[in-house]
Amino acid sequence: MSGSPFSKLKALAFSGFGIAFVAGIVFWGGFHTVLELTNTEAFCISCHEMEKNVYQEYRNTIHYSNRTGVRATCPDCHVPKEWGPKIVRKIQASNEVFHKVLGTIDTPEKFNAKRAALAQNEWNRMKKNDSQECRNCHHFDYMDYAEQGRRASSTHQRGWQEGKTCIDCHKGIAHNMPPVDQSIGVGKAGAAIDASAQPATPAQTAATVPDGRTGLDASSFGALKSASGK
Amino acid sequence: MIKNVLRSLLLVAILGAAPVYAADAPVRVQSLRGETPIDKTPDADMYRQIKDAKPLPRDFVQQPPLIPHSIRDYQVTMNFNKCMDCHGWAKTRESGATKVSVTHFKTRDGVELSNISPLRYFCTQCHVPQADAQPLVGNTFRPGVGLQ
Repeated sequence: MSGSPFSKLKALAFSGFGIAFVAGIVFWGGFHTVLELTNTEAFCISCHEMEKNVYQEYRNTIHYSNRTGVRATCPDCHVPKEWGPKIVRKIQASNEVFHKVLGTIDTPEKFNAKRAALAQNEWNRMKKNDSQECRNCHHFDYMDYAEQGRRASSTHQRGWQEGKTCIDCHKGIAHNMPPVDQSIGVGKAGAAIDASAQPATPAQTAATVPDGRTGLDASSFGALKSASGK
Repeated sequence: MIKNVLRSLLLVAILGAAPVYAADAPVRVQSLRGETPIDKTPDADMYRQIKDAKPLPRDFVQQPPLIPHSIRDYQVTMNFNKCMDCHGWAKTRESGATKVSVTHFKTRDGVELSNISPLRYFCTQCHVPQADAQPLVGNTFRPGVGLQ
């Protein structure tokens, strides 16, 4: 019975399938474990770029510490939960590994010089996916406006009606803001223009001070900024 | 002679007694700081900022208006002023917030700007949020008649 060549082939096929199946589980389990390991706060701040800059800023905010102890850590906001978008984001992260090797932002000075561009990247990403990472926890549909403060209640309802998304207003909630030109004093070098402040009226510069003191212009302000290490 | 001895003895007794008295019962000053040594930071009281309220009345004429809402995590840095994100004149139509006073537009040289002067950049130097905290010491202050 076991001597027939057909049954031998069958046994081989079954055992081959079995081995592949088990290997698949082991491989997938290993892959998933490593992937999730890179999705933890501890992994993120194992790079001093993250630990010394954005992590310190995040430590002061409500997503780090709050009354209930429910937290949103780095990947909760910066990595999508769904498998497809998560893999896409993880592949894009190889660019971040590349710049880690290059040392593009390895000092606070370098980091702050790039802060505006880095922040804008994240704002664009969240604008594009309708602030998906916020809405993984904060659902517009399930907000009880009666429980919110008067400002939050009216602003959220208006924003919802106007089709706005979380990141349109809630910028800089977990990290320091990059320079934003709010038309106060002299201009800020490399600052994003505050688009929602219409019409843009440039603030008077020190050149208009009557006693003729030469004030700082935007470029010397920028030089001052980088000199002070901020 | 005996009188002199007695007098000097008395003098010694008076002069000697004073430091002895001070060492026996040191004067304990109770300050608002409590008994925390100067090189230690006392524990912060657990007060929560008032979340959200209507504008609060003023108690004296030149009082900077109080902030009737929580300002947790609001950044006022070289890069960004969160207060002016709602209270700046260009923003109040949308935000419905109180406009910053036009008195804040003058520089120290008397030049009128179109927005707050950098002199007034740090809002919380004068404007403060509120908490449900009792006064540390009692007082009999009452708002001026015109403000009651």
